Amino acid sequence: MSSLAVNDQPAAAATTTKVIQPAWVRIVHWINAVAMVLMIMSGWQIYNASPLFDFTFSKSITLGGWLGGALLWHFAAMWLLMVNGLVYLILGLVTGRFRKKLLPITPEGVIADTRAALTGKLSHADLTKYNYVQKLLYAGIIVVGILIVLSGLAIWKPVQLQYLTALFGGYEVARYVHFFCMAAIVGFLVVHVALALLVPKSLRAMIIGR
Amino acid sequence: MGRLRSLLIPGVDKQLLVRDATKLMPDLARRRFIAGGASLGALTLLTGCDVSDSFSAESMLTRISKFNDGVQAAIFSPNTLAPTFPESAITKPFPFNAYYALDDAPTIDGKDWKLEVRGLVDNKKSWTLEELYQLPQVKQVTRHICVEGWSAIGSWTGVPLRDFLKLVGADVRAKYCWFQCADVDGYNSPLDMASALHPQTQMTFKFGDEILPRAYGYPMKIRVPTKLGFKNPKYVISMEVTNDYKGGYWEDMGYNSFSGS
Repeated sequence: MSSLAVNDQPAAAATTTKVIQPAWVRIVHWINAVAMVLMIMSGWQIYNASPLFDFTFSKSITLGGWLGGALLWHFAAMWLLMVNGLVYLILGLVTGRFRKKLLPITPEGVIADTRAALTGKLSHADLTKYNYVQKLLYAGIIVVGILIVLSGLAIWKPVQLQYLTALFGGYEVARYVHFFCMAAIVGFLVVHVALALLVPKSLRAMIIGR
Repeated sequence: MGRLRSLLIPGVDKQLLVRDATKLMPDLARRRFIAGGASLGALTLLTGCDVSDSFSAESMLTRISKFNDGVQAAIFSPNTLAPTFPESAITKPFPFNAYYALDDAPTIDGKDWKLEVRGLVDNKKSWTLEELYQLPQVKQVTRHICVEGWSAIGSWTGVPLRDFLKLVGADVRAKYCWFQCADVDGYNSPLDMASALHPQTQMTFKFGDEILPRAYGYPMKIRVPTKLGFKNPKYVISMEVTNDYKGGYWEDMGYNSFSGS
């Protein structure tokens, strides 16, 4: 009904005031960033107490100083990660952000955009629209985020939550799942931070919204 | 290297031994722990929390750990049993793990040993090993999960602790059973009453159908399959039923006190 009035707005003004990242996304993003870093660094220290593989993490990049300190950090930051993660999932679903931003993901789209990215032809003109590679990675990392919390709960409570632990194939398998989810998140983080620095306006959008 | 080799015992994981040896350096660890805390102080600035002189990350983490005790007590179901396994699943050799080498494990003469029973109980008599062996025993094959992350499946046989608590007329409304042990430096650990009354919590006298060997806590350990390994005290010499939180060897250093599985 008032579409006429909207159409009268100058196009330039509309694009400059366009919010790329709404406030709630920015808030949960940065809380998640802090929680993830605390969880990963304390998790590395916990890993060192009984390594799954033939390596340990350097003490210079771990948090807590020793196993007991790292466990305190890990089981404190887990609340931040879980509560914030739940808020993100709920808001992502009810606001329709997940559906609008992340779907659909088609194999053809992913292949085409991967090729474009590798040949330097992928456009970043419109930051409100994710390309297919972004869609796949952002949807994938949400799944990994859910898996790392569930496998963590399975390791923490293998008696009280024994059906969850069994779902992961038992306590020992759940430890590996937890580890590989961490590895996936760290891998994502490296690419994510590198790209944010390469396209600074995307970083700006995650700080001031536009 | 000669010193190290002398510590190696057949059937004992070398890595675990070395790891435990490194744990004997609490000073450095303590300092690092607090240094790690400083960065959280910076974090609270970002989040706008009030940072006062009395505030430290360490005290905040301790408070959250106490909160986690409450959460775990609420999650704990007195009727949920720890999964059991067939005998074929038993881990061999079952690891020895402590904050000292096996050479330094207590050597207890079963004939002289007595279990002292104190606190909120009707009958404070001390129990000889022979008397305890007369009580009905049950066997369990369950997973032992260490706070370090590794796990191993073992077979433990003994008297359900709740049967013994009933026998001595313990006040089961009390908050804790507090165990003291014969380990060097005096190991001790509190066990919340709900976990003490769990059907699988056991005064263990046998491992793998044989009298509990020295490595695994002769003459008696408390097996709690709903708790992490350090809440399963070995070489137990006394049990006190109490409402007071008396702390524990690892609990006092920062391991979460409830540490339920």
